[in-house]
Amino acid sequence: MSVVDRLRDALMAAFVAAVLALPLIGFETVDTGGPLGIRTRFDWIAYAAIVVFLGRFGMRYALDWRRRYRESLVDKLDPVEAIKHKSLLSDLGRKADKWLMPVLIGFAVILPFMPFATRTVVDLATVVLIYVMLGWGLNIVVGLAGLLDLGYVAFYAVGAYTYALLSQHFGFSFWLCLPLAGLFAASFGVILGFPVLRLRGDYLAIVTLGFGEIIRIVLLNWQVVTGGPNGISGIQRPSFFGIPFTNSPPEGTKAFHEVFGLEFASVHRIIFLYYVILVLALVTNLFTNRIRKLPVGRAWEALREDEIACKALGINPTNTKLTAFAIGAMFGGFAGSFFATRQGFISPESFTFIESAVILAIVVLGGMGSQAGIVLAAAFLTLLPEIAREFSLFRMLAFGAAMVLIMVWRPQGLLSHREPTLRLPRTAGGEAKP
Amino acid sequence: MEYFLQQLINGITLGAVYALIAIGYTMVYGIIGMINFAHGEIYMIGAFIAVISFAVLGLVGVTWVPLALVIVLIVSMVITGLYGWTVERIAYRPLRGSSRLAPLISAIGMSIFLQNYVQIAQGAKIKPLQPMVRGGIELMKGETFSVTLSYLQIMIVLLTLALMAGFSWLIAATPLGRAQRACEQDRTMAALLGVNTDRTISLTFVLGAVLAAVAGVMVSLYYGVVDFYIGFLAGLKAFTAAVLGGIGSMQGAMLGGLLIGLIEAFWSAYFSIEYKDVAVFGILVVVLIFRPTGLLGRPEVEKV
Repeated sequence: MSVVDRLRDALMAAFVAAVLALPLIGFETVDTGGPLGIRTRFDWIAYAAIVVFLGRFGMRYALDWRRRYRESLVDKLDPVEAIKHKSLLSDLGRKADKWLMPVLIGFAVILPFMPFATRTVVDLATVVLIYVMLGWGLNIVVGLAGLLDLGYVAFYAVGAYTYALLSQHFGFSFWLCLPLAGLFAASFGVILGFPVLRLRGDYLAIVTLGFGEIIRIVLLNWQVVTGGPNGISGIQRPSFFGIPFTNSPPEGTKAFHEVFGLEFASVHRIIFLYYVILVLALVTNLFTNRIRKLPVGRAWEALREDEIACKALGINPTNTKLTAFAIGAMFGGFAGSFFATRQGFISPESFTFIESAVILAIVVLGGMGSQAGIVLAAAFLTLLPEIAREFSLFRMLAFGAAMVLIMVWRPQGLLSHREPTLRLPRTAGGEAKP
Repeated sequence: MEYFLQQLINGITLGAVYALIAIGYTMVYGIIGMINFAHGEIYMIGAFIAVISFAVLGLVGVTWVPLALVIVLIVSMVITGLYGWTVERIAYRPLRGSSRLAPLISAIGMSIFLQNYVQIAQGAKIKPLQPMVRGGIELMKGETFSVTLSYLQIMIVLLTLALMAGFSWLIAATPLGRAQRACEQDRTMAALLGVNTDRTISLTFVLGAVLAAVAGVMVSLYYGVVDFYIGFLAGLKAFTAAVLGGIGSMQGAMLGGLLIGLIEAFWSAYFSIEYKDVAVFGILVVVLIFRPTGLLGRPEVEKV
């Protein structure tokens, strides 16, 4: 491409940008009481056009440079080597599940005792871990079984409300509610999954999406039980196996700091919550890794690859999918009840479609099926809005743009390697036995 | 009886709007097999462009309503169509040929982006629009309730019917429609036979966006208010309509849109307005259980 061609191409892009910007950026509507007033901001259109012009021009150069670089690589190396060089990240992905996970887990365990770990940091890490757990839970449904679930947040909501309601009305403790919440969410998964899992994949997407909305609308309008838009507040905080985290425990009992002879600090509870979610998340991870080696886990992955072949081999697709759906929902329910106990307050606001989209994005961005990739994606997607909090107006804009750009850059996800469930034993020469 | 008739009229009007949006979903799904999540946002942009154009025309002094309507429709269709094209070019074309989930995530990202873009550019407040097409025909006068068919409702339904007829002709009888149907059946084969598949897909997005823009203009006139969040629920319901009618089928989208509009109108009239969306999704599930391909969808033959 000659320079003139590039310039023409960039000019064209700038022109399109200017036309697109004309109505929505060029004119600003102003409330005047009566009909809408209009203020013009034509200078902004010029800025938008210039930015797009420069961006497009630069991007073409970058793309051409990358193409030339790859071509030169192919010339220099033999084809096998060239493919190996092609992407550093996918190579990283191959190794990631082996060494990255232990490193991440080790880091997570010592995090609260690091010098930089203030209350805010631990709080933030807890949020990241909630999303990691949700990502791992959804990964069972999307990554392993290949079912597209756009309403995962519904199960999260079911778990949260189960705990909130049970503890408020019956005084059940967190540790009793946790399994109940999982059970409840799983039964919701079965009820929903049973009629729709026989359908083709994309129908499942829309039905789960609709189900997520139904749950939210019901939570919003069933005022008597759920408190409607006001939600439920004053949810019981978790205790350290019966020992409460308070400064002034009720008569006859001892608080956490008294039992362990510590100075009272509110950060204790935060650190405790952090470890609870860490353990819950690790249980999810362990469960996923183990179940992949069981017949049902293998059947999930086989179904994802070829449903017809599975039917021919005598696997019942509906029941197999249903187990994946229910187990994924169960982990969503666990995470939900943890969320409720951490926040102490829940309302339908927390369970909108955007949450489902974020969780799905974590699974897909991380590289479907890669457990370590999900951790990275969860950290990225939760920390990005936090970092951009000062530009609060623009943070969701940046979030959406980041989702598009990462997908365009790496459609297969950040770490896209999937560990094979089975490996043929290797002989001394490194060759797989036939 | 009067009440029923009035709800029927309202439901058909609403259904016409959903049908217009649903066509965009069903066409895109038919041709590249992806759920274009950003389509609801495209419709919202169409509605915003309509509100802004009306305000600008009011300032310039174009007050004759038919002329203003035609200008706004054209402006909104052209620019929204360009938005549709740009979205496809940026977010979906680079992902052609990758897994099924990648374009979906990209589309969700695009949807979040567009929603926030409009919110930042135009503010989060609800934008009111002065009623333009006033009056109507009183069909029946009951003791407590009289049935009116407003001119605006007549206009919406007639315009929708005209667009549908034009569109069916476009698909059935023009070279573009032929190319589109060819791509739908087998994209590789169509490309081998000299169909410019990339251009056909782009045009599909533009056409879908143009229809969504018409729906946006109509809704802004009908309800008189627009905000940056209207795209999500409208898009969701329009997609539900497309699935209900049988995704990939043009007539199915029209039928599905009409049904969704009627269900919504009658449910809010006779049961509860809060749970109208629950009713819509509930009926979708019931229909899918008994007719997994939707009402008019062709059953898909799976081959090994």
